[in-house]
Amino acid sequence: MSAFSLLFGPDGWGPLLLQGALVTAGLALATVPFGFGAGLLLAIMKLSPSRLLRAACDAYTTFFRGIPDLLSLFIVYFGLQILIDRTTHLFGLPKVDMDAFVAGVIALAAVTAAYSSEVWVSSFNAVPRGQSEAALSLGLHRRQVFRLVVLPQLARVALPGLGNIWTILLKDTSLISTLAVADLLRRASEASRATTRPLLFYGAATAIYLVISLISGLGQSYLERRVNRGYA
Amino acid sequence: MLSALQSVAGTVLNLGLLQEWGWRLVQGLIVTIQIVAISCSLGFVLAYPISLARRSRNLVLSGAARSYIAFFRGTPLLCQLYLIYYGAGELRLFLTSAGLWWFFREAFYCCILAFTMNTAAYQAEIMRGALNAIPKGEIEAATALGLSRYRIARHIIWPQALLVALRPLGNELIGIIKASALAAIVTVFDLMGQTRFIFARTFDFTIYLYCAILYLLITETIRRASNRIERRLARHKLAGIIAATEAAGAAAAPVPIRRSPAALLRGRA
Repeated sequence: MSAFSLLFGPDGWGPLLLQGALVTAGLALATVPFGFGAGLLLAIMKLSPSRLLRAACDAYTTFFRGIPDLLSLFIVYFGLQILIDRTTHLFGLPKVDMDAFVAGVIALAAVTAAYSSEVWVSSFNAVPRGQSEAALSLGLHRRQVFRLVVLPQLARVALPGLGNIWTILLKDTSLISTLAVADLLRRASEASRATTRPLLFYGAATAIYLVISLISGLGQSYLERRVNRGYA
Repeated sequence: MLSALQSVAGTVLNLGLLQEWGWRLVQGLIVTIQIVAISCSLGFVLAYPISLARRSRNLVLSGAARSYIAFFRGTPLLCQLYLIYYGAGELRLFLTSAGLWWFFREAFYCCILAFTMNTAAYQAEIMRGALNAIPKGEIEAATALGLSRYRIARHIIWPQALLVALRPLGNELIGIIKASALAAIVTVFDLMGQTRFIFARTFDFTIYLYCAILYLLITETIRRASNRIERRLARHKLAGIIAATEAAGAAAAPVPIRRSPAALLRGRA
């Protein structure tokens, strides 16, 4: 069969690949709030006066930044499953199987949190202390200082770094295909095994990834221009 | 409760596991180091011409380099690896007649090819950034003094560019070490591959933790070493910054400054 009909014909694999692309984008998007949010929490704890808390957070970051992302995913994925099995066993509950997509998001978020916490910490350092001191002396509550004064400035400084991590995250979703999530790369593998045309389908998958990353690059530069409106 | 604690401790520190399977981990580690050493150095050699092409005024050259970089940085490495490894299988007849099948038949060589081309794209961008960081005036001044192009490169451009590129290059080396775990997915028995093999035999989760410790040891060593080297090479710049920091620190900031001198330098550059 021709490449065209394999992709776009009535029994073509095109729709399945697109479905996979949606799952890939969904995985990455679903990870962002948890990954970046947890990273921010980690950063706040890294800047806390408690030495123990700082050491624990630094250890977390060092661990996940120092081992392959594939290994992190395996550890979180299988570790979670074992943890759930042990807990249900302890309380005599029936066996629960994790949803692969949810487990994938948790695993990706664990890695993303470690990467992004470093970006958050360095952008905390970039916001002058005088800002929060001034806000405090104006009588703002500590939480207000953070939300109204520090965070908006933080976001501006952090955006390029977070953008890099988003790019890494987008590509890391492909590792989830080795577990059980039907993302773009897994769909391409299925298609190439069924048709014995790996060049065509992996080529198509690569092209789709390229389009996704080009679009996200455009989105990033739009966002960066937007948060830098008042500066230039 | 106590038995639960014991079982947790037994899971975390299963030394019998290491006794039985440790040798396989070491073998895997050697393969990982081979993959990283070969693809990293080949990638370095390949990256320089790419970065020069990227900076070239010739539109065809710079366009080609730009697309090469965009392709390899914009798509997942795993996807590139599949494309080469499984794609070569489809082209078997052609590759055999071209006398290249012996190369593409081995997953190990396919990994090296994929990692080399991938890291070349990243290293080319690092070199481009480092070359761009050198003030034009220095090169103009050297030219005005009548230095040859080779001497300008050797004595003016490279020493400064290397200093800028050192940290990102170290990060890239760590990146390749981490990425090399993908080789396990295409049947190479590197550290990750051996770990998966052992897990399939024993169903003992601890082996993943031992594997993680081994990776951590390597990547942390490299990170610390590259920090050291950077600090040593940049000591002429650091002296001024440390003095300035101390002067500023005496005047203001009752809180201790958590950023190291090296971090300050990075902030400047």
